[in-house]
Amino acid sequence: MKLENLTIESARRGMIKKEFTCTELVRACLDKIKKENKEINDFLETTEKLALEQAQKIDDKIERGEKIEGIEGIPIAIKDNILVEDYKCTAGSKILEKYKAVYDATVVKKLKEAGAIIIGKTNLDEFAMGSSTENSAYGVVKNPVDKTRVPGGSSGGSAAAVAASHCLGALGSDTGGSVRQPASFCGVVGFKPSYGAVSRYGLIALASSLDQIGIFGKNTEDAKLIFDVIKGKDEMDSTTVNLKPKTQDPKFKNLRIGIPKEYFGEGINEMVKEKILKAIDVFKSIGADIKEISLPLTEYALAVYYIIMPAEASANLARFDGIRYGFSADKKNLLENYLKTRADGFGDEPRRRIMLGTYVLSAGYRDAYYGKAQRVRALIKKEFDEIFNSSADGVDIILAPTAPTVAFKIGEKKDPLSMYLSDIYTTPANLAGLPAISIPCGDIDGLPIGLQIIGPQFYDDFVFEVAQTFGQLFK
Amino acid sequence: MISKEQIEHVAKLARIELTEKEQEKYSHDLSSILDYIDKLGKVDTKDVKAIQQITGLETVTRKDATGNKKPASPAGRQETRNKILEQAPEKKGNYYKVPKILE
Repeated sequence: MKLENLTIESARRGMIKKEFTCTELVRACLDKIKKENKEINDFLETTEKLALEQAQKIDDKIERGEKIEGIEGIPIAIKDNILVEDYKCTAGSKILEKYKAVYDATVVKKLKEAGAIIIGKTNLDEFAMGSSTENSAYGVVKNPVDKTRVPGGSSGGSAAAVAASHCLGALGSDTGGSVRQPASFCGVVGFKPSYGAVSRYGLIALASSLDQIGIFGKNTEDAKLIFDVIKGKDEMDSTTVNLKPKTQDPKFKNLRIGIPKEYFGEGINEMVKEKILKAIDVFKSIGADIKEISLPLTEYALAVYYIIMPAEASANLARFDGIRYGFSADKKNLLENYLKTRADGFGDEPRRRIMLGTYVLSAGYRDAYYGKAQRVRALIKKEFDEIFNSSADGVDIILAPTAPTVAFKIGEKKDPLSMYLSDIYTTPANLAGLPAISIPCGDIDGLPIGLQIIGPQFYDDFVFEVAQTFGQLFK
Repeated sequence: MISKEQIEHVAKLARIELTEKEQEKYSHDLSSILDYIDKLGKVDTKDVKAIQQITGLETVTRKDATGNKKPASPAGRQETRNKILEQAPEKKGNYYKVPKILE
């Protein structure tokens, strides 16, 4: 068994044909992690005991001659802001250094019920705040493709884990691109579902109106298998919805593809642009109608995002008070305890965003910032709704780059704003609640580039269909 | 430009203690982000209703009834309670111990 060559499909086949047992597969992943994690730092902890127990159950099942299907016996890594019962969940922060989850997140519960193996918890930017996974209190994650570069973020640990074959799939969270951008940088597939498609119960909240749990896979088929397990309405997250059934509105025959010119403007690396446009050309061979479109509000998306996200984060992170759990400064006076606990417990980026969020929500500024942002957000949603329609000007799907550049060097981006700009093409899908996937489409000197496929709201399956077709055409 | 005094005020609201040097740093950082955000002023939002929920859901409720979940046994409940309380920085019996609020 060579982990590098395994996909979910081939791993399952290998277990069924008894080429290797599930326990052997899990051991191989754990050994590889042990060997390589010192350098890549993609895992904060392996869930070895749980994984081996789960693997034994799968082996017993195979031994009994029972069928295994889907993601049964498949090692999957979990971003460390998603709860796995009885294991630590740090969110990459010192403030939660000793916090142990008391229950399973709905997605973890569903994975366990489907027979998937939880292999470990992956490193991330503190509280999922960042685009490079350099902001973790537990050290920088390195890109397995080039260890002098970042894996992207904030789900950089999960992206790196899949790219390094430390697991066969992983969960992340995507608030402004935190699954798609690292997928692009590490050369794997990363999917952000429609807002509401996947339950966030048990996800440590960053910005509740934007957060979605997303999936990393070595290919689109693998990501889809995991998505089908974790999606669906959940009583514990009242924002969840059931998705529309398969392709109805968007048509695959005579697929109409929109290329938004605003995603190829100032700031994009010329070679990335060239490769993306060339990759899109493969759709011509199936008779797709490829046309340039305009989404003029794209240039405002990041500004809207940097109001809404910190505002919601400042409220969500108010719960870390040093009283019920987590780090406490141990002061005798309540106010002093709050001030010191949060000063010492939070790193630089959470502090910056909490303060920015507090500022834009403070008396006299709320409507000028948060109110304005929510109004522009309404317009961005409308702009997408208008482009995804069946009239002559409309399109079925949007194709664009995932990120303006390839993975940058560790330590290269020192100023917060320049870091924020690497999410410029991913935030619009979060603001509008749309499903979007990043799929590898070539490289520049070995550094991967991701093609982003953005679909109409709730047509997640359609986005997968387009991505799978791309995967087959682009060889 | 956001002044050091404003940062001091915001940090207090956010319950984060900052040193003078940090106040200066964050006043610089926040100013440059707010400058960038200012571009939203160019978007005409007259008569636009602010979005409240991106999927259009309104006040989601469930039946006021016990679900299918089996209630935990007294021992199970005690175990969960212990797991939660174990993590408290300070506790007394089955209670959290909170620092003094009034002098």
